[in-house]
Amino acid sequence: MSQLSALSDAELVQRCRAGNTDAWNELVERFSRYVYAVCTRGFRLNEEDAEDVFQEVFTRVFTHLDTLRNDAALRPWIAQLTRRLCLDTIQKGGREQATAEPLAEDLASDLEVIDEAFTVREAMTTLSDACQDILDRFFARDQSYRTISDELDIPSGTIASRIARCLSKLRVELEGRSDPSDVSRE
Amino acid sequence: MTTYDDERIGELLRFLPPAPTGWVEAAQELPVARRSLDEIVARAEADLAFREALVADLESTLALKGYEPNRRVMDELKRRFSES
Repeated sequence: MSQLSALSDAELVQRCRAGNTDAWNELVERFSRYVYAVCTRGFRLNEEDAEDVFQEVFTRVFTHLDTLRNDAALRPWIAQLTRRLCLDTIQKGGREQATAEPLAEDLASDLEVIDEAFTVREAMTTLSDACQDILDRFFARDQSYRTISDELDIPSGTIASRIARCLSKLRVELEGRSDPSDVSRE
Repeated sequence: MTTYDDERIGELLRFLPPAPTGWVEAAQELPVARRSLDEIVARAEADLAFREALVADLESTLALKGYEPNRRVMDELKRRFSES
């Protein structure tokens, strides 16, 4: 885990404001999956509109970082910005809606799950690099045991047990927290 | 307190696949792109001939002067100079 990935959101914001490019890279890395998921899974934008919203979110974060009054509120700010830009895109009609507009109930439910997933992902950063890597490969990147075995050069017969051990550590980490919303690195 | 079982954790992790690499890299290049944009705009404000050349043919002028802006910077420049 890099030193920057251990920083709180507030610390990251402060470094970005100071012009630290590595901090900006980390900020994008930290929130990229979340913004992507809100665009594509939550609002079900087509790829082209999703990419436009994705870039616009980070452009606005970059240009308006000075206006953020509470540095620790980065996550809700990005969440609100992403949702607003997705809604604007849908209201404008987009280029071509590749998928049906989500029903309000489905949307609320999907966004709730995405928020919870982000919380789990944040908790995952407390695990070892090896655990983060194998869980990410298996679940988020949908890699097979064989691919994981080939790429990490570990016996495929040990992958299931490694995943189980890492999941167990993650569960303990999550259950040690009083509320999922407390997980932000504050 | 929220309780999690391994299956639920796995489901949640599946909800956040990585964003396309190109999108992430483009967002990470924003500080550089912003500096490039600011430089071009400042030069256009200081140099009328450069500005007129940009308005007449943005892409060729930038290429001639050695600028290689990415798509978003190009879009922003088009927006700014088409309004002038």
